[in-house]
Amino acid sequence: MREALQRGLREALDGNPNVYLMGEDIGAYGGAYAITAGFIDEYGPERIRDVPISENTFVGAAIGSAIGGLRPIVEFMSISFSLLAFDQMINIGAAIRYMSGGQFKVPIVIRAPTGSGIQLAATHSHAFENWLASVPGFRVVAPTTPYDALGLLRSALAEDNPVIMAEHVSLYGRRGEVPDDRYTVPIGKADVKLAGSDITLVAFAHGVVTAFEVADKLKERGIAAEVIDLRSLRPLDMDTILKSIAKTNRVALIDDNWRTGGMMAEVSAQISEQGFDLLDGPVARVGGDDVPAPYSRPLEQLVIPDSDRVIQAIQKTYGI
Amino acid sequence: MKVLERAKKTLLADLFRQMYLIRVFEEKCGELYGKGLIRGFLHLYIGQEANAVGAISVLRPEDHIVTHYRDHGHALARGLDVNRCMAELFGRATGVSRGKGGSMHLFDASRNFYGGHAIVGGHFPLACGLALAAQYKREDRVVLVFFGDGSVNQGTFHEAMNLASLWRLPVIFYLENNLYGMGSAAGRVRAAGSDFQGAGHAYGMDVVTVDGMDVMAVREATQAAAERARSGKGPAFIEAKTFRFQGHSMADPVKYRGHSEVEHWRKRDPLVTFPRTLVENGLVPEKELDRIRKEVEATIDEAIKFAEDSPWPGPEAVNEDIYA
Repeated sequence: MREALQRGLREALDGNPNVYLMGEDIGAYGGAYAITAGFIDEYGPERIRDVPISENTFVGAAIGSAIGGLRPIVEFMSISFSLLAFDQMINIGAAIRYMSGGQFKVPIVIRAPTGSGIQLAATHSHAFENWLASVPGFRVVAPTTPYDALGLLRSALAEDNPVIMAEHVSLYGRRGEVPDDRYTVPIGKADVKLAGSDITLVAFAHGVVTAFEVADKLKERGIAAEVIDLRSLRPLDMDTILKSIAKTNRVALIDDNWRTGGMMAEVSAQISEQGFDLLDGPVARVGGDDVPAPYSRPLEQLVIPDSDRVIQAIQKTYGI
Repeated sequence: MKVLERAKKTLLADLFRQMYLIRVFEEKCGELYGKGLIRGFLHLYIGQEANAVGAISVLRPEDHIVTHYRDHGHALARGLDVNRCMAELFGRATGVSRGKGGSMHLFDASRNFYGGHAIVGGHFPLACGLALAAQYKREDRVVLVFFGDGSVNQGTFHEAMNLASLWRLPVIFYLENNLYGMGSAAGRVRAAGSDFQGAGHAYGMDVVTVDGMDVMAVREATQAAAERARSGKGPAFIEAKTFRFQGHSMADPVKYRGHSEVEHWRKRDPLVTFPRTLVENGLVPEKELDRIRKEVEATIDEAIKFAEDSPWPGPEAVNEDIYA
């Protein structure tokens, strides 16, 4: 996935002189996750801008420059640090167009490594994409595959609105086919990653990896799971989910993040509003434990839902 | 006096007209708030007029302006339509922000007026970003950002000063030091007290202090700051000592400052001192000032009528302007 993102960023820089990259240590250091390694030598420090550790202000400045006619691509070192920039992101990035009666455009892409699983403990393991997805004015995407990462990045760069791209840290090394042509992946469209007829598994980002493990285990028992990758958290593609449930009559929702108020709470609510009659039983929702992320490996693994926990929830809910 | 004598008489008359326009606009807003025609939070600019008018009068149309929530004065000094400003306060569809922003969020892209921001200090990064865009595109523009003494304790102030200085961004930081952040005197909430002379030193900036009750002094200081910013030398910092005659907002009973302090500043009211100087020195006759007063009062009456007669936004407007 790293190479797919690099390709997308290079295309953007090559294709539009008003595109520039901004973030902490994205230049000389090459980026905390090495996404921009070597970029500064190719494009120079004006377009690959290292910033002081002032998240609220550099993100706000990037937003301001977007309003001023540039097309910034901001990289957070971690979505955990986006907390410091919520004021600028939400009060200006997401709201200035509305507050001004439609006078300004904010064409900015904010890339944010997200998620837990690499023992960074409570301050560095956040996944705020669900919070951000509740903000009108944002579009929020979360790719699982290299193909989707590049396709969604291209769509994000064609938007005149702030787009947040949550990139799960465990997926950067993930491999997958990426064609040579200039395909795009539309924002707001979920993807059926695996077709099946017995139960629908809905997930995003790293949760999709878990969903595939669940599907494999169910297959051994002759149960065909359909895996839906949300890809886009805002707007949310309920049509694809409901269409699948109409076929399977069962659904399990998988989310690594805190269960309370999580992304799947919203998905679950919408399913109950729009697809209640399609279901044979209640929604099976599996989320991360409601605890600050622990450091110790066994503890951390305990709070992130694994395939066994999902299977137990499915058995409990649907008896299969 | 020399500054005054050198200035064109039409300019002097216009500076008076603008300050008086803001004064009457604000006084009327206060009345209309009392009648419930303007709602929400309302922060009046009465007393500070020389700052907006003086500073903005030396800018070029292509320069950018970003300001705080006490923004009516800056909007009017920038030439935003008076009718549409009033309509915004009334929440009408014809308002500058289509009735979606209100008093604290006036915007006009056509005049490079970027708000009206109501999170204290939340607009510093925006100013830096607009300046960055200008610098990146090699455009000859400066960004003038107004802020109050309350906002200098925000992290964004220090972060933005650092960023602007580090990248030599063409930003003019214009501090309207009206001595109180809501009800807190600067010295009660700031370790360095009410002295702002050293406020830019950590970021390589000298602070130029100016009398914010003197429109000509404000012009001179802002002109010098704009020249510095335009020349690529980086940001400039002005501290204008000024005073708001009214409370922080309409909800403020003003129990935190004494009557004598207010009286002291009232003697320096720019709407008293400036016209007096103009008349006494034979620069603009009283008759001409009276004509301007009448014209301004008619303009405000017309703006109120325009606002009252304007339609409310239709329900379809609720979901418009969220996405481009």
